[in-house]
Amino acid sequence: MSKEWPLWEVFIRARNGLSHKHVGSVHAADSRMALENARDTYTRRLEGVSLWVVPSSQIVASDPGEAAALFEPAEDKIYRHPTFYTVPDHIKHI
Amino acid sequence: MTPSSGALSDYAARLGDDSLILGQRLSEWCGHAPALEVDLSVANLALDLIGQAQHFLGYAAELRGQGEDADGLAFHRDVLEFKNCLLVEQPNGDYARTIARQFLFSTYQELYLDRLSRSVDPTLAGIAQKAVKEVAYHATFAREWVVRLGDGTDESRRRMAEGLDWMWRFVDELFVVDALEEGLVANGVAVDRARLRQPWDASVSAAFAQATLDPPKPHRAVLGGRTGRHSEHLGHLLAEMQSVPRAHPGASW
Repeated sequence: MSKEWPLWEVFIRARNGLSHKHVGSVHAADSRMALENARDTYTRRLEGVSLWVVPSSQIVASDPGEAAALFEPAEDKIYRHPTFYTVPDHIKHI
Repeated sequence: MTPSSGALSDYAARLGDDSLILGQRLSEWCGHAPALEVDLSVANLALDLIGQAQHFLGYAAELRGQGEDADGLAFHRDVLEFKNCLLVEQPNGDYARTIARQFLFSTYQELYLDRLSRSVDPTLAGIAQKAVKEVAYHATFAREWVVRLGDGTDESRRRMAEGLDWMWRFVDELFVVDALEEGLVANGVAVDRARLRQPWDASVSAAFAQATLDPPKPHRAVLGGRTGRHSEHLGHLLAEMQSVPRAHPGASW
């Protein structure tokens, strides 16, 4: 039966101020069930303060075959990394 | 007038027994639910209920003052000493029947705990304040399943209607106030269950309408849980639940 239920991707906001992060997926027949299944599967240990569920079929993914063209050109551009700056101690979450 | 600790203990034990027995029933789905996600959801409900039972029975044991604890009451009482309502001990049946039982009970329990959270007894009020948040989720979860199955396929609709029909005869007992509770209601400790019937009816009817289900036909009410007159099913449930602590008294992990 579970095979007939569509797949949903689950995102959790761990704390206010942080962004939602992908944590996994659940099967569910509708959006309410997806939220509840996500709650019961992924937030049992106080993992979050907010949940998003998105139908997996709605995710548009990049083609692994194009990975070279998409990502490799960034490899030799280390000047784009913020490592040349000193981050003040009181700035968190960077 | 302050209630006797005997009456208060019996009252707390009733509330604990309702949660304990339903928690044990739901645990039977562990590994057998229709989907992995449902398995987790149902086990979560069970854990919430067993947690409530621990608090209520712990309080009941403390009031008895015989050196017992919640585990002692849960695992070393016999069937006649359990005072849970008959609804919660009914066998799971199929998933729709389990949902029917959960929907009828959680809708009642949410109303009940909301009132109990304003009890003059601070321990009961404290337990209720914590538990009512859990149970609000249980009620929503179960109601959505009633709608999903009722307004679903021909088969899910038939099963949902049958499940509700099976459980319906045990509803009236939820709202019966007996002599023990009359006294406790009068001094503000216990909840007057009779007054929950109307909001319960309204809430349940709204869900039936949303699920496009007709309300179950009236049944002759079956009573007896509060006086220890249980269905045959409770004995079997206890035999399983109590087997390990009775075989190994005092054992710890």
